[in-house]
Amino acid sequence: MADLSLRHVSKRFGQLDVIRDLSLEIPSGEFAVFLGPSGCGKSTLLRMIAGLEGLGGGEIHLGGARIDTIAPGDRGVAMVFQHYALYPHMTVRQNMEFGLRNIATPQPEIDRKIADAAEMLEIGELLERKPAQLSGGQRQRVAIGRAIVKQPRAFLFDEPLSNLDAALRSRTRIELARLHHRVQSTMIFVTHDQVEAMTMANRIVVMNQGRIEQVGTPMEIYQRPRTRFVAGFIGAPAMNFLPVAAIREEAGRVVVTLPDGSTVTTAVPTTALRPGAALTLGVRAEHINPGAGTPARVEVIERLGERTLVYANLADGSTIVYDEPGDVVLAVGATVHLAIDGAATHLFDAEGMAVHG
Amino acid sequence: MAEVGSGIGQSRWTNALFVAPYMLILFGLLIVPLCLGIWLAFQDYDMLGGWAGGVGLENFQNLLDDRIFRGTVRNTIKFVLMTTPAFVVLGLFLALALNNALRRSGILRTIFFGSSVLSVTIVTLVWRLVYLPDRGLLANALGLLGLPGVDLVTSQVWALPAIAIVTVWWIIGLPMTLFLAGLQQIPPELYEAAALDNAGRWRTLTGITLPSIRRTIVVVAVIEVILQFQLFGQALLITGGGPDNTTRPMVQFIYEAGFRDLQLGFAAAASQVLFALMLIAALAQFWAGRRQGA
Repeated sequence: MADLSLRHVSKRFGQLDVIRDLSLEIPSGEFAVFLGPSGCGKSTLLRMIAGLEGLGGGEIHLGGARIDTIAPGDRGVAMVFQHYALYPHMTVRQNMEFGLRNIATPQPEIDRKIADAAEMLEIGELLERKPAQLSGGQRQRVAIGRAIVKQPRAFLFDEPLSNLDAALRSRTRIELARLHHRVQSTMIFVTHDQVEAMTMANRIVVMNQGRIEQVGTPMEIYQRPRTRFVAGFIGAPAMNFLPVAAIREEAGRVVVTLPDGSTVTTAVPTTALRPGAALTLGVRAEHINPGAGTPARVEVIERLGERTLVYANLADGSTIVYDEPGDVVLAVGATVHLAIDGAATHLFDAEGMAVHG
Repeated sequence: MAEVGSGIGQSRWTNALFVAPYMLILFGLLIVPLCLGIWLAFQDYDMLGGWAGGVGLENFQNLLDDRIFRGTVRNTIKFVLMTTPAFVVLGLFLALALNNALRRSGILRTIFFGSSVLSVTIVTLVWRLVYLPDRGLLANALGLLGLPGVDLVTSQVWALPAIAIVTVWWIIGLPMTLFLAGLQQIPPELYEAAALDNAGRWRTLTGITLPSIRRTIVVVAVIEVILQFQLFGQALLITGGGPDNTTRPMVQFIYEAGFRDLQLGFAAAASQVLFALMLIAALAQFWAGRRQGA
């Protein structure tokens, strides 16, 4: 099956660099998610793979063959658009047939492929309806069906869940993961939603300002973010970032002093540090333990049911968010004592790069 | 109950005030004349002799027996059949060619629409210079190709097509603009999906573009049928209805019957025939458009 390979790809819109010298390999059969904030270039990159945008430079290869020089229809890719882009004047069946007819597929084969896809997606009863007669979720399925019948080497999804309501979105996530398991094709999924990325991806490609920030499995990205941007983008609530006032060494590890005077012993060896660099400490809400430690004043309490997020002010005025159990008894204005689990913290230098051991 | 009733009654009257100006104009200038026209069609009404009472269907019988009137019906229908398809096909072609953000296209759109704002006198004047035998633009162009000049305007065969060409040139801007508006309603994503579906240019046109603007096509066809049935100025000014009545349109017949011969009842009857023809043609197209969509 196909290997998708992007080699030194770039793209400019006027003066704006949308994609900057980007290289990426996606192994065959993988579910890769391009994740990033709006304007990071992830959709543009997907459209370049599809052939809907030209390349400013570089090459794209799929399954060993160069595809950036050939027409979109000949690339062996199928795309599911954000707004589905179903042909409004055609029935569901005609929508699915259109691409197959254009490559002169024999009618019995068309019928078989549509029947298979309709069964897989449970849209058999909808085949003679027009898109206007379908709900959002049904249109979504038809759009996926239109892609499946082409049996592409790679599926391209451009934020296809953003128009669905929350319940349908989480159900579709599961169905897409199941679909990927069944068809075993390479899938590339663009989203700005880190939950979609974490739940569906084999591999997440985090993008920012036209560059790849990090490529890795969901847990790699979550546990070992390579940059401060990735650390802040992945995970809810966002990671806490605290400026480091001073550092010293203890048993080969970096010990940082925070502006409120408290100290945290990190797992970072001092040998990894460059002298004189300004540092930022990153720590996730679940790695801050209430009970003993530095004092903080509770400012906002967000109850999520199974857990409670508490936003508290440290002595120097900076805000920190941490986890409490769902049923914790706590009032705004109360004083809590917080201990940061030093081994689970991250250090970032002035350029936003993580300092790892 | 009384309080509520009076409250609603009051608001009704004030509401009516808002629509009153429009209603006055609608009734005064449209509904009353329409009814009067229908009534006149069944009367013997001469502008000099005055009203001589109802005559039933006599005016219509006279029309049916009138060789010239039958000719004008034929001419008008021929003219509509020549111009309406031209407006649809050419308007769509121009719209497709100019539906982009290029500066050049913007200028051309303005030029093509520009002629629509000219009055019929100017347009016919321009085209008389084109059609002028021996010295006209057309004669010169044919001369350059070594072909003999033709006098279209005095030809029984070519005079009506010549008027049709003038008309298409004059107001092609409106169908073009309507088609442009229709084309711009098509989401660009559909074309991207079609490109990924291996649709070539022709397949994209027939499979995506044309079905998407089906309604616009019907609207343009209906508007043009209604407009072109009312052919008058161009024919009057270019050929005066000749040669041998081959370009005389129905409206000219009505005009001459009513305002030259002053036979108002007879002219009104001819108007009703024109009205009926336009209504039938327009309804037929709406019906055809709806059937295709179903």
